Amino acid sequence: MNILVCVKQVPDTTEIKIDPVTNTLIREGVPSIVNTFDGYALEIAARVRDKNGGTITILTMGPEQAKKAIKECLAVGADKGVLLSDRAFGGSDTLATSYVLSRAVRHLEGRLGCFDVVFCGKQAIDGDTGQVGPELAAHLGRPQVTYASDVEVVDGELRVKRESDEGYDIISCPTPAVVTVVKTAYEPRNPTIKGKLAANRAEIPTLTAADFEIDTSLCGLNGSPTKVKKTYTPARGGKVVKIQESDASKSAAALMAMLSDAKIL
Amino acid sequence: MKYQYTELQQELRQMAKDFAIKEIAPYFKEYDVKGEFPRELFEKYHEAGYTTMMIPEEYGGQGLGCLDCVLINEMLGQYGDVGFLASAGSGELSMMPVIIGGTQDQIQRYGDVIITGGHAAFSLTEPDSGSDAASIRTTAVRDGDYYVLNGRKCFVTSGGIADIYTVLATVDRSKGTRGITCFMIERDTPGLSVGKEEDKMGLRLSNTTDLIFDNCRVPAANRVGDEGMGFKIAMKNLDRSRPVGSIGAVSIAQAAIDHALKYAKERKTFGKPLIENQAIAFMLADMQIQCEAARNLVYRCAENIDKGIYDSEFGSIVKTFCGDMVMDVTVNAVQIFGGYGYSREYPVEKLMRDAKIFAIFEGANQIQRIVISRAMMKRDLNALKD
Repeated sequence: MNILVCVKQVPDTTEIKIDPVTNTLIREGVPSIVNTFDGYALEIAARVRDKNGGTITILTMGPEQAKKAIKECLAVGADKGVLLSDRAFGGSDTLATSYVLSRAVRHLEGRLGCFDVVFCGKQAIDGDTGQVGPELAAHLGRPQVTYASDVEVVDGELRVKRESDEGYDIISCPTPAVVTVVKTAYEPRNPTIKGKLAANRAEIPTLTAADFEIDTSLCGLNGSPTKVKKTYTPARGGKVVKIQESDASKSAAALMAMLSDAKIL
Repeated sequence: MKYQYTELQQELRQMAKDFAIKEIAPYFKEYDVKGEFPRELFEKYHEAGYTTMMIPEEYGGQGLGCLDCVLINEMLGQYGDVGFLASAGSGELSMMPVIIGGTQDQIQRYGDVIITGGHAAFSLTEPDSGSDAASIRTTAVRDGDYYVLNGRKCFVTSGGIADIYTVLATVDRSKGTRGITCFMIERDTPGLSVGKEEDKMGLRLSNTTDLIFDNCRVPAANRVGDEGMGFKIAMKNLDRSRPVGSIGAVSIAQAAIDHALKYAKERKTFGKPLIENQAIAFMLADMQIQCEAARNLVYRCAENIDKGIYDSEFGSIVKTFCGDMVMDVTVNAVQIFGGYGYSREYPVEKLMRDAKIFAIFEGANQIQRIVISRAMMKRDLNALKD
């Protein structure tokens, strides 16, 4: 299996602090980690690779220090990694990010062959949009399975366990495909000393906008339809109503009735 | 104190700390009560590479230097459990003599056990021969292609769980240390049996047993080095492992200091936190001074070994200082906790129990002082004549 795992370096949100004046994240002194869901994606990828053979490539977009995230992935089983870094990519929203990633995937496939699976975490724990994976699948024109908690390869097809509110579905999907991953039932493996030493020695190539075919008007701030007007910390302590009926559709109906009664809808 | 670790060393330390917090810390209390080696923790520990850190890469180990190994072990002990490390690390301690004095075939055979996640034990001490190694009574008598071993060993770390043993026996008691010979012996060798397991004060996650040799026939091909070379091999091994042993004392002491400091900041008496009493604050300062000095001694000792400098006097100084330091520090940590420190509900009484062994094993601190003072007596003092 030729596997690609897309990861994002994020601030460790368990230690996050908000500047009360500017309402932005205080990044100083906050450790950076590999996005938790991307870690689960890598663990699934590693299990697929361990069982079926193959190679895991890590792709991330970010500044130079994002190489550290790639090295962390190399220490827990990834085989190689590539950094996408260019001023032109800075400020990308999810659409622009997924576009850049898709162009980079095409470029890498020119050298490494088609990736049978592109794994992503279901969302990043800083932005929490959950859009990049599905958008990447759309840019690539490939089938996608979201909310996967496990993946097996059966007769050359993916057999994906997709989590839902009611339980899970088992979905089979041809390759190449994009799979986004939720928390797995198993813990990601621990890094090994050998992995750390290899990661420390590894040269991580950087791809810039000049290195592959890409329309820079679709990248960065220019290519981002999302505009952030304001950020603020929501006030806590407001009145909270919890609606929990026997299933999601009944909860939705109860919510609609409540909003309608309150003349909000 | 700020240390100039390399980026790699920092990462290895962070990795070890994360591992200890996630995989060891949640379990050690239970195993301390039971006095049992947690076999199920060992597998992950081995997979991460912590059991083969100083074994050269060519033999399947991690090929790290002594200082790297010390820096990693410091974190594993401080946030995990030093007793667990003692048993989990005994494979490496036991394989080293074979790497030092053995043949390629022997190294390969030993490596097949250790590198694949088996256990090994190093056995020198006997009921009537501890630091006095010259008087060991376990005999090895040559009989054709075999040696026949008879005798009893004690305080063998991992004795009850080992798949292979490194054993020191004498081929000629009249020769003293020059009769001591090193053997590697598989667990299932007829005539070898495991004796009673020690119910210890501390390091209760380590497995410690007697070993009994009753006409145990060991193939001559299992002799490591020549006859009479065993003592040299063992001492060389202990010289190299000295900093790795002593860093355990630093781990325990720092853990005790951190717990005591946290408690002293949180616990209020007479309307103010404990630490705002100078008597307590100065105790903590003294504890940190002692611990920091010990840490630096161990680091320097490890650096020396990486440079090929083996200095028995300095090794003894390091060992003795660490052994005394960790007892002082942990006793004071219990004192700061007051009555709660005496309770098993809080962490420091265990650290105090774990601490005591550091002034006893690997040569009691009194023996170390003999080594140090004898080396001092040989010193050239001519410059003082004027």
